[in-house]
Amino acid sequence: MSRTIDAVVSPTQTNTIPADISGQMLDLDEDDDLEVFSKDLTLADGNMFNASMPTSPGSMVNQCKFEEDEESDSKDIFITVDNPESHVTAIETFITYRVLTKTTRSEFDNSEYEVRRRYQDFLWLKGKLEDAHSTLIVHPLPEKFVVKGMVERFNGDFIETRRKALHKFLNRIADHPILSCSEDFKVFLSAQAWELTTYKKQGPGFLSRMGETVRAVANSVRGVKNRPEEFTAIQEYVEDFSNKIGSLDKVTQRIVKEQKEYLEELKEYGPTYTLWSGSEEELAEQLKGVAGCIERCCKETEEQVGHLSDTLVPVLHEYVLCAETLKAVLRRRDNIQAEFEAKNEALATKKVDRDAESSDLGFVWGSLLGKNPEEARHQRQERLDGEIEELKEEIDKLEDRVEWANNALKGDWGRWQRSMRGDLKSAFLSTAEKNVDYYEKCSGVRFLSLPPIVLP
Amino acid sequence: MMADSGPKEVAVIGNTELTSAELDNNIKNTMVEIEKGTSLLRKLEISVAEAEKRTGKNTVNMQEIYTVYLIETRPVDALTEGITPDSLWRRYSEFELLRNYLLVTYPFVVVAPLPEKRAEIVWHKLSADNMDPDFVERRRVGLENFLHRVASHPVLCNDNIFNIFLTEDKDWKEMVYETGFQAKADSRLKAVNAAFRVKNPDGRFTELKHYSDELQTVLSQLLRVRARVADRLYGVYKVHGNYGRVFSEWSAIEKEMGDGLQSAGHHMDAYAASVDDILEEEEHYADQLKEYLFYTDALRAVCRKHELTQFELEMVALDLACKKQQKEELVTGTVRTFSLKGMTSKLFGQETAEQREAKLQVLEQQLKEGEEAVKEKNTESDEFVKTAWVDIERFKDQKDRDLKEALISYAVMQISMCKKGIQVWTNAKECFNKM
Repeated sequence: MSRTIDAVVSPTQTNTIPADISGQMLDLDEDDDLEVFSKDLTLADGNMFNASMPTSPGSMVNQCKFEEDEESDSKDIFITVDNPESHVTAIETFITYRVLTKTTRSEFDNSEYEVRRRYQDFLWLKGKLEDAHSTLIVHPLPEKFVVKGMVERFNGDFIETRRKALHKFLNRIADHPILSCSEDFKVFLSAQAWELTTYKKQGPGFLSRMGETVRAVANSVRGVKNRPEEFTAIQEYVEDFSNKIGSLDKVTQRIVKEQKEYLEELKEYGPTYTLWSGSEEELAEQLKGVAGCIERCCKETEEQVGHLSDTLVPVLHEYVLCAETLKAVLRRRDNIQAEFEAKNEALATKKVDRDAESSDLGFVWGSLLGKNPEEARHQRQERLDGEIEELKEEIDKLEDRVEWANNALKGDWGRWQRSMRGDLKSAFLSTAEKNVDYYEKCSGVRFLSLPPIVLP
Repeated sequence: MMADSGPKEVAVIGNTELTSAELDNNIKNTMVEIEKGTSLLRKLEISVAEAEKRTGKNTVNMQEIYTVYLIETRPVDALTEGITPDSLWRRYSEFELLRNYLLVTYPFVVVAPLPEKRAEIVWHKLSADNMDPDFVERRRVGLENFLHRVASHPVLCNDNIFNIFLTEDKDWKEMVYETGFQAKADSRLKAVNAAFRVKNPDGRFTELKHYSDELQTVLSQLLRVRARVADRLYGVYKVHGNYGRVFSEWSAIEKEMGDGLQSAGHHMDAYAASVDDILEEEEHYADQLKEYLFYTDALRAVCRKHELTQFELEMVALDLACKKQQKEELVTGTVRTFSLKGMTSKLFGQETAEQREAKLQVLEQQLKEGEEAVKEKNTESDEFVKTAWVDIERFKDQKDRDLKEALISYAVMQISMCKKGIQVWTNAKECFNKM
């Protein structure tokens, strides 16, 4: 993507890398700044500030608690994603979606917000949430591109599928007791486009983030040594689940394909009866009836395939992505523990070092440098003690971190399983119901086609 | 239910609560059978009971495997329980021989077709192999149907050769050849020639020829598309079997959902398996349509025979008219048309009176013979038209009845298939609910 063709944009955008490039170097997609200008040109509605509505009293307590509110009447935030719009600029075309929020939560200044967001904004939000809560399970986003089948990025079905998935993504976050308290989430829902851009630029610098990545890689290479049994169990489950859900996804897509091909043939079948009826006298009525029947069944089949594609396929696909998310979450937890273990090992080594009698080499060097061997040893011990203290502090922090990460994951794990069961159960139920309906309609159609017959 | 079926009156409908089984039952129970009258089926129960493989040497002295079919006959009278039927074995080629004999001997009859020699319009699951047991079984049914058709035909049932075909296997072939039917067969060339040159065929036969061409086209197409639809339906059902497998595997790692998934998986397996029966039943419907597809050949054969007879009549009449003209010319001495004779007589002088007299005599004789021939051909043609048209009407009624019934049972089949679907998915729904 060309960052240089920025004639319209602020003069600070040049070929050289600016000092603070956070949030930009890691963007693989379109230019934020460009987006700002074009958005301002096309933005229709402004922010709907409902100034007359006073902020709710403290009855709406801060939601940062671990227990979940499953009851829908205690739901205090409603988000919808709709109204996709295409934006065309000199350089690119992209889609934005309207994100409408209605809330009574006290941390929001207003009770209603309407903003427009594009896919990469959602990506940003997900990244931020995962960074801040690395062992919480964040619902997956729809994929960037669909390679299979060469789906046009701006094809109507693709946009609709994506919109639904984005809607679900935001609502899952809103339902999450911890994630929904995130400041990033709040900004995402409420900030104007340029506000969001500014906000995005804050945060840890590029280099520190690189550092983190390097550490993570090092830890994953080292591996975790004493993983608690329960997490191993979860990992095994996730492996199996990932396989199964992947298979189900494939099977369902195959069914859709076969059903569509069946429909194509069926569409040719009915007309042969009509053709035949043209040559017959006695049989003409009946033959036309059969043709009509088949046509009706075609319509029902089309509906059934549509339902499958709209209801079951997206849910299965979502959970394929979920499985990948889970694997990543488990990896991150492992890394945190690995880091802790590594530090512990370092501490142990240092302690051994400190307690060991001065090595001959040290004594030799010390004496070469004209140091008093007693003094040298004392200095060394002091130095090591200092390092040990530092390490102990770090280890304490890491220990907390590990415990927090484990608890977060454990809590979220139960939550996730419940959602998964609910989602998949309802998707399969809906499919079964639709199939029953489909067969009922078809049999009814055929039944009515039977010629009225008189009792002798 | 295919051959010899009378007007069907089915008592039902209005009550949408009927199951398909009850519907079927109703159709069978209230069937009114045609007055068997003079037909053979009234007296004799005929069935093609079994099929077996045999090996033997063929005409070029090579080993071959072929199938034989067991024909059983038994008088229809009251005390047939326990009486073993008469039986003999026949192979497909003998059926063909019988049919060819009937075609030649009764050219005014629309003779029932034989089942396919080779499986042609099939969907992929059915093999096109002649030795495949399903194909052999369907052929057995087809051959039985053929015999029933012939035995219930008012004219054909009385044929001696046919009766012996059913009861005696010794020397039957020789008997057939001895009838000399092969000599009576019209050459294809003659028939084609007549079809082109005939001037005044009976309009009804022309119409019938067009109808049979149309019917052949439309039924071929219908059967082809139906086979493709069946193919696709098979695919859809069978893929669901994968659900069964995956649900079962998945249920092993789930605690709460395990039971629901497991049982749902079983229903998916049942769903996938159910398509085999469904499509087998549909094959029966396809066979019923195929019979009428093949009937179009017989219809065309009758039309061709008419064209041939009519053509021969026209030829004889033309010949007579020609001779009459010659006589007139001879008598009046005028040569109206150019002829070599006329020219030579002009050049070389007239004939003598005796020569003329002799010629006249010959012509008179020819004229008399010609008039006889025309009268004969006329009668022949009229006879043919009359008897053929009676049989064609019979055929039309039979066709309308049979196809009406076939379409009804096809609809019933479809309803039954839907009901199975409803049941499976309702069960699956229950299982999903338990998840």
